[in-house]
Amino acid sequence: MSDYILNKDYFIGVLEDLAVLAEEKKVYFSELDSAIGDGDHGMNLSIGFREVSKNLEGWKSEDINTIFKNAGTALLDKVGGASGPLYGGFFMKFGVPAKGKEEVSFDEFIEMMEAGVAIIEKRGKASVGDKTMVDTLRPAVDALRAVYSEDDMAPKEAMKKALEAGSAGSDSTIPIIAKKGRAMRLGERAIGHRDPGSASSVAILEIFYNRMP
Amino acid sequence: MKRLINDPYDVVEEMLEGYVLAHKDHVELLTEGEAQGRVVLSKASKNKDKVGVIIGGGSGHEPLFLGYVGAGFADAAVIGNINTSPSPDPCYAAVKAIDKGKGCIYLYGNYAGDVMNFDMGAEKADEEDGIRVETVLVTDDVISSENIEDRRGIAGMFFVHKATSAKADMGADLDEVVAAAKKINDATRTMGVAMSSATLPSKGGPIFEMEDGDMEIGMGIHGEPGVRRGKIEPADRVVDQIMEPILADLPYVKGDEVYVLVNSLGATPILDLHICFRRVAQILEEKGITVYKSLVGSFASSMDMAGMSVTLVKLDAELKELLDYPCDTPYFTQI
Repeated sequence: MSDYILNKDYFIGVLEDLAVLAEEKKVYFSELDSAIGDGDHGMNLSIGFREVSKNLEGWKSEDINTIFKNAGTALLDKVGGASGPLYGGFFMKFGVPAKGKEEVSFDEFIEMMEAGVAIIEKRGKASVGDKTMVDTLRPAVDALRAVYSEDDMAPKEAMKKALEAGSAGSDSTIPIIAKKGRAMRLGERAIGHRDPGSASSVAILEIFYNRMP
Repeated sequence: MKRLINDPYDVVEEMLEGYVLAHKDHVELLTEGEAQGRVVLSKASKNKDKVGVIIGGGSGHEPLFLGYVGAGFADAAVIGNINTSPSPDPCYAAVKAIDKGKGCIYLYGNYAGDVMNFDMGAEKADEEDGIRVETVLVTDDVISSENIEDRRGIAGMFFVHKATSAKADMGADLDEVVAAAKKINDATRTMGVAMSSATLPSKGGPIFEMEDGDMEIGMGIHGEPGVRRGKIEPADRVVDQIMEPILADLPYVKGDEVYVLVNSLGATPILDLHICFRRVAQILEEKGITVYKSLVGSFASSMDMAGMSVTLVKLDAELKELLDYPCDTPYFTQI
């Protein structure tokens, strides 16, 4: 599979789909957040991706890194809250391994995912089991790397496994208490509710998967 | 939803536009570059050589934070989207705008998003300009956690902002200002009750469902669930349930002197607040705790949420002096 590449059009397509997703799932994400947080997660993603969408056309001539740096900066600047620095940081770091590039190999793509997830873990000071987006993203990236390098799986098939691992990770947030974020202070009252960040992370991974050639 | 807005995506910008027009004697809006139109600046602090005091957080708690920018109070407020921390660049821009070479202090409620964004603003001020920025988190909500450092900041922010700003205005250095902020935060406890959800402009409806006739003891100012939900009880009974955890927490004891705030979350009438205050005063008298001064009104709201909170500050001579210090802002003035 060494000739498998993901080109700039793929990544632009991902950002376009994310903007659509943020509008479509605005209410869903906010309702998840209402149960254990402050109800703004959907609106915040919508505010951020509207800004991305508004400027994306002007970024298309840039390399992959710059496109994601711009997208991440837009989220950081326009959203605020926790999801601004977290998802903003994700996209800013996600592009770094693709600096100066118009296309990347699947190995490079895995590095991009790893870089993005690592900054979320660092900035949120969260790890698996804290009931955050890390519960989706960490198992997804670990699964991606494992099945691609060890099981020699086709890239899109590997991404499917990553998505499944992420989705299971999001499900695992339902029966647990939160150790980070606003829901942290709820104690046992957070049990029975899906973490909204883990849900939006699954939706984002799904777009990366769906768009893959 | 019964709100007077235009496009829900424009609520914060339009509020700020109106705010600086209405209160142009006190404040201006920083619009250039990194400020992104989200920094409310005191006109009075411009020519004053002192430690800069920057407060801030999400919108939807007015008059917190922008209402307390002015002479003798905060030098700047950084304004986020509704219930959402401001982003790092405006936090940084506020420092750049007000630093007089004596450093700045960030004061805000202890929420994960605020900490991330303000910390990034402070790092940028340090890295790019060598400006020292210290942070004190407000943690007055007794019911939000067993651990004080995990607690969120609610109406007690008013007192922490007020006293810290006074200390800076008196000419104290940054270390002394930080010490004053920690001291008043340590002396301040708040607990609230909510009887309805705030409405979110973006949603066109309530943040969360609450049946008419229900109340929730201990609910946060963003609608974070509290300790228990039940039917609305008479004011005295509700105040009793709030005062008990507050008094036991510090604890506040016989012989103490306190500043009291009975705060509306937005929709609870001043009439009701005074009925609540009456009960607060009775309880304090029973306990042998003296009320030094009190405030009754809406100081830290949750837009149109029905409910109120009680805040007590245990006073000493220094805190009295700081809280009595003159100030002149659009929402709090004393001479």
